[in-house]
Amino acid sequence: MSTRLSHGGRLTDRSTPVQFTFNGRSFSGYAGDTLASALLAGDQMMMGRSFKYHRPRGVVSSGAEEPNALVNLGQGDTHEPNARATTTEIFQGLKASSQNHWPSLEYDVGAVNAHLSRFLPAGFYYKMFIHPRPLWKHVYEPFIRQSAGLGKAPHPEARDPDTYEHFYAYTDVLVVGGGVAGLQAALEAGRAGAEVLLLEQTAHWGGRTPVDGGEIDGLDPDAWIEKAVGELEAMPNVRIRTRTMGAGIYDHGYVLGYERLTDHAPGQPGPRHRLWRIRAKQVVTATGAIERPLAFAGNDIPGVMLASAVRDYLVNYGVAVGDRTVVVTTNDDGYRTAIALKRAGLDVPAVLDAREYGGGALMDQAKEMGIRVETGRGISKVKGGKRVTGVATCGIAGSGALIDEIACDCVAMSGGWSPVVNLWSHCGGKLFWDEAQACFRPDTDRAPTGADGKPFVTPAGAANGYLYLSETLSDGAVGGRTAATATGHAAGDAAVPETSAPVEAAPRPVWMMPEGAPYEYRAKAWLDYQNDVKVTDVQLAAREGFESVEHTKRYTTLGMATDQGKLSNLNGLATLANALGEEIPQVGTTTFRPPYTPISMGSIAGEARGSVFQPLRRTPMHDWHEAHGVQWEPVGHWRRPYCFPKAGESSEQAVHREITATRDSLGLLDASTLGKILVKGPDAGRFMDMLYTNLMSKLAVGRCRYGLMCSENGFLSDDGVVARLDEDTFLVHTTTGGADRIHAHMEEWLQTEWWDWQVYTANVTEQYAQVGVVGPNARKVLEKLGGMDLSAEAMPFMTWADGTLGGLQARVFRISFSGELSFEVAVPAGQGRALWDTLMEAGAEFNATPYGTEALHVMRAEKGFIMIGDETDGTVIPQDLGLDWAISKKKDDYIGKRAQERSFMDNADRWKLVGLETLDGSVLPDGAYAPTDGKTRNGQRNTQGRVTSSYFSPTLGKGIAMGLVHNGPDRMGEVISFAAADGTTMTEARIVNAVFFDPEGKKQNV
Amino acid sequence: MSEPVTPLAGASFDGLVRVTETGPQGMIVLRCPEDATDAREAATAVTGTKDPALRRAAVSNGTGILWMSPDERLILVPRAKSASTVAEMQAKLAGQHALVADVSDARAIFRLEGDPLMVREVLAKLAPVDMRPDHFEVGEVRRTRLAQVAAAFWLEQEGTADLICFRSVARYVYDLLCTAAVNGSAVKHF
Repeated sequence: MSTRLSHGGRLTDRSTPVQFTFNGRSFSGYAGDTLASALLAGDQMMMGRSFKYHRPRGVVSSGAEEPNALVNLGQGDTHEPNARATTTEIFQGLKASSQNHWPSLEYDVGAVNAHLSRFLPAGFYYKMFIHPRPLWKHVYEPFIRQSAGLGKAPHPEARDPDTYEHFYAYTDVLVVGGGVAGLQAALEAGRAGAEVLLLEQTAHWGGRTPVDGGEIDGLDPDAWIEKAVGELEAMPNVRIRTRTMGAGIYDHGYVLGYERLTDHAPGQPGPRHRLWRIRAKQVVTATGAIERPLAFAGNDIPGVMLASAVRDYLVNYGVAVGDRTVVVTTNDDGYRTAIALKRAGLDVPAVLDAREYGGGALMDQAKEMGIRVETGRGISKVKGGKRVTGVATCGIAGSGALIDEIACDCVAMSGGWSPVVNLWSHCGGKLFWDEAQACFRPDTDRAPTGADGKPFVTPAGAANGYLYLSETLSDGAVGGRTAATATGHAAGDAAVPETSAPVEAAPRPVWMMPEGAPYEYRAKAWLDYQNDVKVTDVQLAAREGFESVEHTKRYTTLGMATDQGKLSNLNGLATLANALGEEIPQVGTTTFRPPYTPISMGSIAGEARGSVFQPLRRTPMHDWHEAHGVQWEPVGHWRRPYCFPKAGESSEQAVHREITATRDSLGLLDASTLGKILVKGPDAGRFMDMLYTNLMSKLAVGRCRYGLMCSENGFLSDDGVVARLDEDTFLVHTTTGGADRIHAHMEEWLQTEWWDWQVYTANVTEQYAQVGVVGPNARKVLEKLGGMDLSAEAMPFMTWADGTLGGLQARVFRISFSGELSFEVAVPAGQGRALWDTLMEAGAEFNATPYGTEALHVMRAEKGFIMIGDETDGTVIPQDLGLDWAISKKKDDYIGKRAQERSFMDNADRWKLVGLETLDGSVLPDGAYAPTDGKTRNGQRNTQGRVTSSYFSPTLGKGIAMGLVHNGPDRMGEVISFAAADGTTMTEARIVNAVFFDPEGKKQNV
Repeated sequence: MSEPVTPLAGASFDGLVRVTETGPQGMIVLRCPEDATDAREAATAVTGTKDPALRRAAVSNGTGILWMSPDERLILVPRAKSASTVAEMQAKLAGQHALVADVSDARAIFRLEGDPLMVREVLAKLAPVDMRPDHFEVGEVRRTRLAQVAAAFWLEQEGTADLICFRSVARYVYDLLCTAAVNGSAVKHF
C-alpha cells in the first residue's frame, strides 16, 4: 500500500493538516502536499480511468507531464475539469473527483471495452463507423460520446466567480524555469546588469536537484538554492516569480506566462490567474527534462510509476508509494530511487538494469547497500489489476521468457531522460538526435531568430541536454551569459560553482521491453496513457502505410491528449521508426505547440467579463432611452434604440405607433451614431470628387448633398449626406457602421496614393449629439425652441445652418430620410441630453414620439431609399440600385469608376432594384429568393431575384418590399413568386416602383 | 451657453490607485504639415508651452500640447476657452493648410493618482506599453489601446497619469480602470 512515512517530506508542513475530499471521501494531507501526494498518502493509488478502455489508472509522474491523474476540481460555479493532481496544491476544503468512469471509479461498466481492445485498434473510428452513414449520427456518435471523453464540462449555467487579468511586461532577459540551471542563468544575467525576469511553474525553486542530490559550492542543494534565490531577490534588476509557467514563445520575443495566484488558496482577494504578456529581448529556456516510461506489458497498472516520481513522493512529501518497489531502469538515475527507498527503510527486492554490464558509481552504491541488482534484465509483464502485485522478469533481448516473478506493490521505471524542448521549439528552434543519450536536444546552430536574424532563445541546463549536475549548472551559466551579452551587457567570467555528483555510465535506449516482445505483450504495452495508444497501434499504423510521424499521430491519436504526449512522444516515434526500419532522427518529432500545459480560458479572457466583456458605445441620450423602456439593437459596438415599447405593447405595435406618430405629427430620432468626418484642405474638393461618385466639389457652401462611395472594385460601400462648411471644408456623414471604416479608407488613399494632396481629415463623430426632428410639426417644435430662422425660404431642403436653438449652440441640417419635413440638429455631445429633453418637452403638444431604427427602416423603405447592408452586400454597384443620377458623368475619375466600366458591370443584364408588392398584401420573407426554371451546376434551383428589405407598412396598411430582380426595371407589373424558407411555400409579388409613398415628395418640401 | 457636461459626472473610485473622471477639458485637434511654422506657433501661443517633440507631452495644469503624430497635435486648454481658442486659431490660420477642430465633447478624460508604481501597474494590465519607470517617462505620451478601445495617456508627474478615450466608451474605460485597480490585485512587479 502507499502510505505516509513517519518523517520526511521537504515540501510538507506536518504541523498544518489539510482536509479535502476525493469522490466524496474525506482525506487528510499536509500543507505543501499536491493532490497526488496527499491521495497516495491515503493509499488512493487509483485516480482515474483511461480514455478508451476505461482501464484503472494511477498517477505516473509527479509534475506537469502527468497523463493519468486528471481530476475534476470544485463543484458548481467553481468546477474545473482535467486538473492534474500532480500540480494541484491542496487546500482546506478542496473537493476533487475522478473522471471518465461510470458508475464509479472502483467499478466501471466501460471497462468491458478493454476486453474488446483487439477490436478497437488504431484508426478504429475511421474503419468502423463509415457505413452505413445514418448509423453514425444516431448510434455510433452518441455511444462514443458517452464512453469517451475526459472531464465534465462546466454546467452551461455555471458562472465562474473568479477574476482574471493580463499584465504586459518587458524585460531584457526572460528565464523560464527556476531549477538550478535557471537560477544560475538568472544570476549570471543579473550580475551582468541585464534586467531579468525569472519564472518557475511550481511553488518551489531549485527543480529536482534537491531530490537527486549532489553538492554545489560545497553546499547541500537546498542550501545553495536558498543562497541563489537570496542573491536574486537582492538584485534590483531581477524579478522572480513562482507558480508562473512560461506557456509559449512566439515571434519577436513575445512570451506568454501563466501565473496561478489563488488556485492553492481560494478565497484570497485578487485574480485567480494572471496572463503575462511578455516581450523579452532574450529568452533562456531552462525547462529541465522529463523521465521516459518504459513500454512493457502492464505498464499502465496503478503502482507502475516513473522512478523519479517515486523518489519525489518519498523525498518531497514523505510518502512511500509502495512497501516493495522493483526498479527497472536503462540508466544510472534509476538507482537513485532504489537508494532513496532503501535509506527510508523500504524494501527494494530488485533493480532490473537493462544494460548488460550495469551502471556506474550509483549501481555500486546500491549493491553496497545490499540491493539485488540484475543486469541485462527487464520486465516482461506486470501482474495485478487495480494495483501492482508483482512483475515477471525476463532477459532484455529475448521474447520475454520468464526468469522469475517478484512480488511487489510498486514498479519504478526509468527509460532515460528527454530534455523539455517544447518552448525552444515553439518559435522554430530545431533539434538534433543525441545518439549517446538517446534523446532529442536543441540544435543551437538553428535557434529561433528574431527580426534581426539573430537567435533570441537560448536553451540551458537539462533542457539543453546537459543532464548531469555539473554540466547542468555550467550550461545554465553559459545560457545566462549568452543572453546578457546579446542584450548588450558585459557578462562576467567568474568560475561556475563547483559541483560533486556520482559519475554515471551510459544509458541503453530501450523502446520495447523485452525487445522481442510477442504480440500479447505489445498489445498491453502502453505508449500514450491518456489516449490509450499501445505499441501495437503504432506498429499497425506503420503497416497500414502511415510513414509520417504527423500522420501516425493523428491516426493513432498518439500524443494528442491534454498532456500533448510529454511522456509518449519519444517512445511512440521510436516505435514507429523501428516498425518502418528507419532511424529515429529520420522519422523526426511531431510539432511542439504552445501552451506547454493547458492554461485557463479565464486567463485568456483576462478582465473581459461582465460590464467590460466588450466595449459598449453609448450616445449622450443612452440613459434616457434606457429609462424609457427602450428595446436595444446592437449596431457595431453601439446600442441604438430599435423601438420604445410602452406597457403592454409588442415591439411590432410600438414600431407602428412610432411611424404613425411621426408621419402624422412629430417623431424624434437619436441619430448621434452616424459618422461625421471633417475633410479640409486646398485639395479637399478634388479629394471629395474621388471619394464620391457625385460631383461634390461643386456643392455650394451652405448646401447638403446625398452621395455614394464605392470601393475600388466599384461596389457600393457607404452613403450619406455631405455638407459644405466652407470653401475648403466638407463635413461627411457616414452610416453608423461606416464611421471608422470610411475614415480609415480616406486616410489610406491620402497616405498611400494621394500623399501630395493637401487634405486633412478628422473623425468628429463623437463630438456631436444629433437628433432627427421629423414630421409635419418638426418646424413648429424647433421654432418653439427659438433662435434660428428655419422657414422654407430661409432654409430650403438640403441646406444647413449654424445658430443657437433654445440656448444651445447648434448646427441644423434640413435633410430627410423619411420623406417627411425633417431637420437633423447637431449639438456638442455634452448638450445632447439637454437638447433631447427640451425637444420632448416642447414637442409634448405635438405628441413628440421617440422612434427607433426599425421605424426609421420602414419609413425609408416606404420612400424607396436604400440602406447600406440591406440593398447592398458588397456585390452591388450603384447602377444596380437605379442610382445613376448620383453618378457624375462630368468627372474623369472616382474610386470605383474603372471597375464599373468593365463589361459585366456596365451591362443591362443584371439584377436591379425594384419595389415588390405581394398580391395578397402579406409581408414577403426578408431575404427570400425568386426561383426560376432550371438548375445550376450544383443542382440548386436557378433564381431571378431576391428580397433585400421587407416590412409591413402601417402607412399603407400592407406589406412592402424592395428586391434585386433580374432586369427588374424592365419588368414592371410582372408577377413573380418568392420561396419561403421551406423552399416550397410560394408568395406571388408584383414588380412595382420602389417608391411606395409620396412619390412627388410633397410632404418633405413644405 | 450651457455648462459643459462630461459623460460620467466626475465618477471616482479608490483602489490600488484613485481613478477619477476629470474634465471638462478643452481639447482641440490640430492637423498641419510637420514644417508648418505658423500653425505650430498658433498652438504654442494659446498654450504658452513649447511644441512637444516626438511622443512627448508639453502639458501643465490642463494646458498644453500633446504630440499625436507627425502631423497631428492635441491642444489642451481650459474648457471655457476651447470655442474661442478654435475660432482664434482658425482665424490666424485662414488660407493655410491646417485643420483645427474642437473635440472637447468627443472625448472623456481620466486621472489615475496614487503610488507611482501602482499607477504604472494599473496601466500595464490594460495597455501593451512598456511601463517600466526608466522606459515610460514623465512627459511621454502614448497613443495605444486600453483592452479593446483606443486611448492615449501620459504621466504628468510620477504617480499622476492622465488618460483620454472616446466619449462613447467612457463608461467602459472607467469600468476597466476600476477593475484593474481593484484592491488585492497588485502585481508588485515594478
